[in-house]
Amino acid sequence: MDLLTKPNIADPDGFYQELIDSQRDMTEEAAELMNCKLVLILANHVGDRGVLREAISRARGSSTED
Amino acid sequence: MLKTYKFPKFEYRPSPEQSGAVPNRHAVVVVGAGPIGLTAALEFASRGISAVVLDDNDTVSVGSRALAYAKRSLEVWDRLGCADRVVEKGVSWKVGKVFFRNELRYQFDLLPETDHKMPAMINLQQYYLEESLIEEIGRQPLVDVRWKHKVVGLKQANDHVVLSVETPDGEFSLTADWVVACDGANSDVREMVGAKFSGQAFQDRFLIADVVMKAGFPPERWFWFDPPFHRNQSALLHRQASDVWRIDFQLGQDADPDEERKPERVIPRIRAMLGDEHNFELEWVSIYQFACRRIDDFRYGRVLFAGDSAHQVSPFGGRGANTGVQDIDNLGWKLRLIIDGEAPIGLIDSYNEERGVAADDNLLNSTRSTDFITPKSATSRRYRDAVLELAANNEFARPLLNSGRLSRPTPYVNSSLNTPDEDVFDSRLAPGTNCEDAPIRRNAEEAWLLNQLGNGFVVLTFGVSPDLETIAHGLVKASILVVGRDIEDCRGILCARYDGRPGTTYLIRPDQYVAARWRQFDADNIRKALARAIRCCRG
Ligand SMILES: Cc1cc2nc3c(=O)[nH]c(=O)nc-3n(C[C@H](O)[C@H](O)[C@H](O)COP(=O)(O)OP(=O)(O)OC[C@H]3O[C@@H](n4cnc5c(N)ncnc54)[C@H](O)[C@@H]3O)c2cc1C
Repeated sequence: MDLLTKPNIADPDGFYQELIDSQRDMTEEAAELMNCKLVLILANHVGDRGVLREAISRARGSSTED
Repeated sequence: MLKTYKFPKFEYRPSPEQSGAVPNRHAVVVVGAGPIGLTAALEFASRGISAVVLDDNDTVSVGSRALAYAKRSLEVWDRLGCADRVVEKGVSWKVGKVFFRNELRYQFDLLPETDHKMPAMINLQQYYLEESLIEEIGRQPLVDVRWKHKVVGLKQANDHVVLSVETPDGEFSLTADWVVACDGANSDVREMVGAKFSGQAFQDRFLIADVVMKAGFPPERWFWFDPPFHRNQSALLHRQASDVWRIDFQLGQDADPDEERKPERVIPRIRAMLGDEHNFELEWVSIYQFACRRIDDFRYGRVLFAGDSAHQVSPFGGRGANTGVQDIDNLGWKLRLIIDGEAPIGLIDSYNEERGVAADDNLLNSTRSTDFITPKSATSRRYRDAVLELAANNEFARPLLNSGRLSRPTPYVNSSLNTPDEDVFDSRLAPGTNCEDAPIRRNAEEAWLLNQLGNGFVVLTFGVSPDLETIAHGLVKASILVVGRDIEDCRGILCARYDGRPGTTYLIRPDQYVAARWRQFDADNIRKALARAIRCCRG
């Protein structure tokens, strides 16, 4: 399986708002902890080490853009 | 002075060879009488090789140091005849609990599987372990331990080594066909051969304290991340023998070791942890920093390294002493075959090959645990805390939680001594893996599989009796053990663990590792695999 890089989220604006809203009343500290939890939860959902590796390297900025 | 323990003093005894009066060439000289050197001496003796052990001191380990011994080490000591005493004196445990702040976050059981002769782990102060080994050595005429003998020089020749040894009566030299250097993390011998010892040193300081107390806590490993009694750091509690408890506190990078070791600093820390209701006395306190590093090659000519002289790991996971015992387990039979001319000298290179892989595996595990326990940045700490918080209600996060991965033998998956599988098995005992124990019956008596394997190669075969007693390659013989004829799998556990069906055949090395396995008994295949396992190319 390859990392999906084409748009895959239905209602992108709605999702983005939901993400931001979820942290609106949090301190910076709490929001950062939540981000870490979110990464771990999603990473477990993906599971596939190859996909995770690709995602990590893309997030680091070390892989080529589309 | 410890309150619960009196250090024995072993007498320095001059030997006749010190005056040069008698010839002094020895098959094997072991440098260092720590747990690994002592195990080595017993290992060689069990294989009929006499060994001289030189140690610069005259007592056992000062301070309890290594404390947790894993099943595989106990199985090795069982083969050497001294596991019973160690197990009896030690505290068996298998449950580990991990707390975050003041809540239990995770609990593990090391050996949910029963039906092994040896327990998953026992805790025992290092000095008791050494004493048991020394006691056993007392029964071994083939071992000669010489206290107050410090190795100060070493010269390699083609087929021997000359050691310069300093004693209270001055210096003398001694010749050995092989030297096994078990002289610990600061190995002088390593320096003498010019070996490299490299890796990573960690900045965090730890306080280790042994305290004497009568407490009703169960014999479990308790690990705290960021506990209320020791904010932002980790702590560990373990029970040892004689009502002695081991407590570890992470102190951070800036701690002043001279201040931190003072009782007036140590006692309040422990009181905060245990609560006021427990009375305790300090037994031993040490402040230390650790490193994860290994030697570049386990063999330098005729000098072989084992134990801390070859590798040093962080204490999380109790890997230090356990992996050293496995070095010796791996080395003993190889050196025996070479010394007796039954295998080519090239077999010895498989020692570095196999134990090098194990050292890398230990270093990797130990470095990963260290990174989890002592995060190096604010973000990695946040990830760590996220795992700990999630672990309470999310099963998926528990495997990520790392408070030390406890020592397990590293399989030699790609070893050149293995004959790779061609048949399909539903058993994890692939070539390069150590055999699992199982309850069996022999001559109508309850017994254990590992105790039936003896000291040499064994062909373990299920169901079908071949009309052969042994299979040989050159001088090396493998004895044949038939399940259903010689031993009885009374409860079906052996067959289940080995996926044993009629015809299933394992070739087992003298260190109880699987060399090869097949679905059919085929003497030719077995002979070839045996040749491969001793590096005889003419198979
Ligand atoms: C403070 C401390 C705490 C530790 N805590 C733990 C723990 O909690 N858990 C754990 O698993 N491990 C722990 N360890 C590590 C554990 O003690 C070692 O892994 C184990 O002792 C290794 O055994 P060894 O026989 O290889 O070396 P050692 O036990 O170090 O023995 C080496 C021996 O060689 C002798 N020697 C040295 N140089 C010479 C020479 N030139 N000539 C002759 N003899 C010589 C020494 O006197 C010594 O007897 C700790 C170590 C230390 C120092």
